[in-house]
Amino acid sequence: MNGVEMDLVSEEMLSSLTSMEKIRYILDNVRQGKILVLERGLTPEEQSKLIEMTMSEINLDDFIGIEIESYPAKEESSLLRRLLKKPSLQTRLTMIGPARHLKTLKKDREVISALVSMR
Amino acid sequence: MPFLIGLRRGLSSWIFRLLGRKRTARIGIYGPPNAGKTTLANRILRDWSGEAMGSVSPIPHETRRARRREGVMINANGRSVVLDVVDTPGLATKIDFHEFMAHGLSEEEAKRRAKEATEGVIEAVKWLDDLDGVILVMDATEDPFTQVNVVVVGNMEARELPLIIVANKIDLEEANPQRIESAFPQHPIVPISALEGTNIEQLYEEITRRFGR
Repeated sequence: MNGVEMDLVSEEMLSSLTSMEKIRYILDNVRQGKILVLERGLTPEEQSKLIEMTMSEINLDDFIGIEIESYPAKEESSLLRRLLKKPSLQTRLTMIGPARHLKTLKKDREVISALVSMR
Repeated sequence: MPFLIGLRRGLSSWIFRLLGRKRTARIGIYGPPNAGKTTLANRILRDWSGEAMGSVSPIPHETRRARRREGVMINANGRSVVLDVVDTPGLATKIDFHEFMAHGLSEEEAKRRAKEATEGVIEAVKWLDDLDGVILVMDATEDPFTQVNVVVVGNMEARELPLIIVANKIDLEEANPQRIESAFPQHPIVPISALEGTNIEQLYEEITRRFGR
């Protein structure tokens, strides 16, 4: 059966990896043609590192990059954090796939619509 | 007249620096390809130093190397700030040389541009570590919720650095700067046309307010 493999990756699995391990895991899988849905996304620093590493691996014929979409991070403001004036950003669900097969159709604060193609 | 304005501003910048009151903030101009980053950089530099930053083109990724101009002094509303302005290549998560061919480039030219564009994106990402603030240029005719915009906003918030969002291209009928305002309500948003100079004084006021130290 032809199709595109989609992996739903748990927060527990991701949190056990270092930043570089997460990025390597994502790129290795996406380069194999898989679409990953991460239960909890990447930090802004990890996202910019992922963009940087994606660019270094682009091969004009085989791999043209990634499609990545996530919801904006939410501010986590517990009473303790408010007292310390240190709100932290809570990353959220993120979808990443090969740009050849995954295209975002529409995105807003509540819904991400994407098209998966088999070409 | 523009020449006289440029001369006056250039002279005041020189006097400011001569008096040793230089307080420089290194500011990066970021955004997706074709949002108008270099058009804005050219507008700022022409207004305050009489120079230009670089060429613009309808073909994406025209800027493939970061360009920097030092000591650009901006005065607005009684405040002054001296900026090092860094015009960065457009950020992207994918680069397909076929898109450049659709703009009329030969396959060889398109592949070369794509290769240089990947290097430009890497350079733009690396510049994030060396900045005091960012002007994020968004195309007001496009959906603002792109991942590139989310990444830049997220990085500035995580680093607690000042950010101004520019809703560019309001000269176009389909522009909708309110969509950007509702997408990123936590940051100052200035609707402008970098091409025509609309609202540019409002942007200079926001620059001196946010980046002045």
